[in-house]
Amino acid sequence: MDLKEKLLSSFLVFENQVDIDTYVHDVRNDAIKIFEEKGFPTKKEEAWKYTSLNKILKEDYSVFPQQENALEYKDIKKYFIYDIDTYKIVFIDGKYSSHLSQTTHDGIDVCLMSAALTKPKYRILIENYFNKAATKDSLSSLNTAFSSEGAYIHIPKNKLVEKPIQIVHFSTGNESATMLQPRNLIVVGENSHVQIIERHQSLTNNPVLTNSVTEIFANKRAIVDYYKVQNDNSNASLIDNTFIKQKQESVASVHTFAFGGKLIRNNLNFYQQGERIDSILKGVTIIGEKQHVDHNTLVHHIEPNCESHQDYKGIFGENATGVFNGKIIVEKEAQKTNAFQANNNILVSDKATINTKPQLEIFADDVKCSHGCTIGQLDESAMFYMRSRGIPEKEAKALLMYAFSNNVLSSVKIPEIKQRINKIIANKLGVNLGFDL
Amino acid sequence: MLKIDNLHASVEDKNILQGINLEVKAGEVHAIMGPNGSGKSTLASVIAGKEEYEVTKGNIEFNGENIDELAAEERAHKGVFLSFQYPVEIPGVSVTNFMKTAINETRKAQGLNDMPAKDMLKLIREKSELLEIDRKFLSRSLNEGFSGGEKKRNEIFQMAMLEPKLAILDETDSGLDIDALRIVANGVNKLKSKDNAVVVITHYQRLLDYIVPDYVHVLYNGKIVKSGTKELAHELEEKGYDWIKEEVNA
Repeated sequence: MDLKEKLLSSFLVFENQVDIDTYVHDVRNDAIKIFEEKGFPTKKEEAWKYTSLNKILKEDYSVFPQQENALEYKDIKKYFIYDIDTYKIVFIDGKYSSHLSQTTHDGIDVCLMSAALTKPKYRILIENYFNKAATKDSLSSLNTAFSSEGAYIHIPKNKLVEKPIQIVHFSTGNESATMLQPRNLIVVGENSHVQIIERHQSLTNNPVLTNSVTEIFANKRAIVDYYKVQNDNSNASLIDNTFIKQKQESVASVHTFAFGGKLIRNNLNFYQQGERIDSILKGVTIIGEKQHVDHNTLVHHIEPNCESHQDYKGIFGENATGVFNGKIIVEKEAQKTNAFQANNNILVSDKATINTKPQLEIFADDVKCSHGCTIGQLDESAMFYMRSRGIPEKEAKALLMYAFSNNVLSSVKIPEIKQRINKIIANKLGVNLGFDL
Repeated sequence: MLKIDNLHASVEDKNILQGINLEVKAGEVHAIMGPNGSGKSTLASVIAGKEEYEVTKGNIEFNGENIDELAAEERAHKGVFLSFQYPVEIPGVSVTNFMKTAINETRKAQGLNDMPAKDMLKLIREKSELLEIDRKFLSRSLNEGFSGGEKKRNEIFQMAMLEPKLAILDETDSGLDIDALRIVANGVNKLKSKDNAVVVITHYQRLLDYIVPDYVHVLYNGKIVKSGTKELAHELEEKGYDWIKEEVNA
C-alpha cells in the first residue's frame, strides 16, 4: 500500500480517536478530500520542479504514532537553548511530553494544540484562526486533516514575552519509520512581542518524515521573531509549511538555519494585510553529502507602504543540492512597496548544485523591488590575502564562509541563538576558530 | 635572510620574472623600483607564495631554507610578510578577529598556545597607537569601505602585530596623502631592527625619503638591471626610467 492510500485509510480511524468538534471536524474532512484529489506533489508541478519527494515517500511510515515514549532531559539537553530561561513545548514522537515542557497560562497561553482544539474556552479563537492562513495545497491539507497536536501560543495585546518559547519535536526511532504532522497556531495580539525557536530532532537513523504546518497571526504593531533550527540527522526529512498573516505596522521575521537532514522543503508564506508592515525572511543553508534543501518563499504585498526583506545564503558541498524559489507579488493597491530579495550561494564542490529562481509579479507602478542572485566560488584573492597572514587554507575557507553567512546572523536578536548558530557553523566547517562576532 | 637565485616565474604561460638575483641580509632595507609592468608585484607575490604563479627555474631561500614549495601560510609562519598593493576587502570579519586568528594560527604552527586575551588586547592597543588607528576602526569589517590610506595603514598595523622577519611592502605609498605616508613610514621605521629586513617596492622616490634604503634595485622586463644605493633612487626620480630602458636595450 503506498503512503497516500495508507494515510487515507488511516484517516477514518484517526477521526474516531479525536474528540469531534463540529467546526474542526468539517475542516479536517474538507482537507482530506483535497489531499485525496491532489495527492503528493510531483516534479511536474512548477513549484516542485527541483525537489522530488519520490524517495522519501517510499518508506513504510507509521502515520500517527500512538505509543508514549519518554526521554531523559540530560540526554537531549543539547538540543535546547538551555543557557537562558525559556518556555518549552516538547513533543516525543508527536506526543506531548509534560515532563520536558514548561508551559504557562499566566497572562499568556503557551500550551498545546490538542487542548486548544478540544476545550470549549478556546473555541472562538480556533474558529477565528485555525486553518485561516494555511493554503489549500495538498501537503498543508494533509496536515490539516491529521492535525491534533502541536504548539498553541496566544499572546493577548500589550504583552512583551520576555522568555523565548522553544518548540522542540523529538523522534525516538522506536518505530522503524515515522511520519509526524505537527500543527502549530500562534496568535500575537496588538503591540505584543514574542520570540519563538522551533527545532525538529530525530534521535536515531530510522527514517522520519515531518510534514509540519505553522500558522502565525501578527496583529497590529505586533513583533514576531521566529527562528527555525534545521540541523537534523541524515535520514530525517522535513516539509515545513509556514503561513504568516500580518496586520498593519506589524514586524515579522523568520530566520531559517538549514544545516542538516535528508530533504528539507521550506514553504514560507507572508501575507501583508495592512499598511506599513515589515516582513523579514533570512536563511543560512550549509549542507553537504547528498542533502537537499529547498526554500520556497512567498511575500504577498496587498496594501500600500509595506516592506519585505529577503536574504538567503547557501553553501553547498559534496553532492548537495539547493533550491531557492522566491516569489514576490505586489498587488495593484500596494503602492510604495519596498521589496528586496537576495540569494547568494557558494558551491564548494564540483558536484554540488543550486537552482535559484526569483519570481516577481508586480501590478503596482510606484514600487521599489530588487532581486539578485549569485552563485560563486570562494574569492581566490581573499584566500591568498588571509593565507599570507598565516591563516591556513582550511581556516581561511571557514572564515570566508563564516563571513559570507555573517550578515544573516547579524539580525538575530537572541545572543544565545547567535552563539549556538555560530558553533554549529564552525562545527559544520570542521574548525574551531574561537572568535566571536 | 632572503636569497633569490636566478628566479624565473610565469603566470598562465606568460614569463614575467626572467632570472632575478637578490640577497637581503638581516638589518637591511632594500628598495625595488621600476616602470609599470616590470614584474615588481609579481616578485612580491612569488616570495609570499601566491599559487597562481609558477616558479619555472631558480629558487628562493629564506634563512637557509628553500621555501619554493611552501604554502603561503607556511611562509608567513616563518616570518615572511607581504603588505598588499590592493588589500582585499573581507566583509563580515572584523580587523580584531582577523588579527586574533592570524596570530593564534601562527603561534599554533610554532608549537605555542593561543595568546592570552589580555596580552592580545594589550598588543592591539600598543600597535594601533603606533599607527594612530582609532579603536572603533578595529571592530569594522576588514578593509571594507576603508579609504586607500586606511587600508595601507591597516596593512602596516598587521605587520606590527605579526612582527615578521622579512616585510615586503608592495606600493604601500600609493594612494597615501603626506600625513598617512608619514604615519606609515614612522611605523615601519619603529619596527626595523638588526634582526629583520624590509623590501620596499615602489614607483616613486617619495616613500624612500622616509624609509631610507641601503640598496636600490631597478627591475625591468623581469630582471634586476641596475643596483645601487639611495642615490640611484634620486637619479630615477629626476630622469625617469627611459635611460635605463635605453641602456638595457642597447
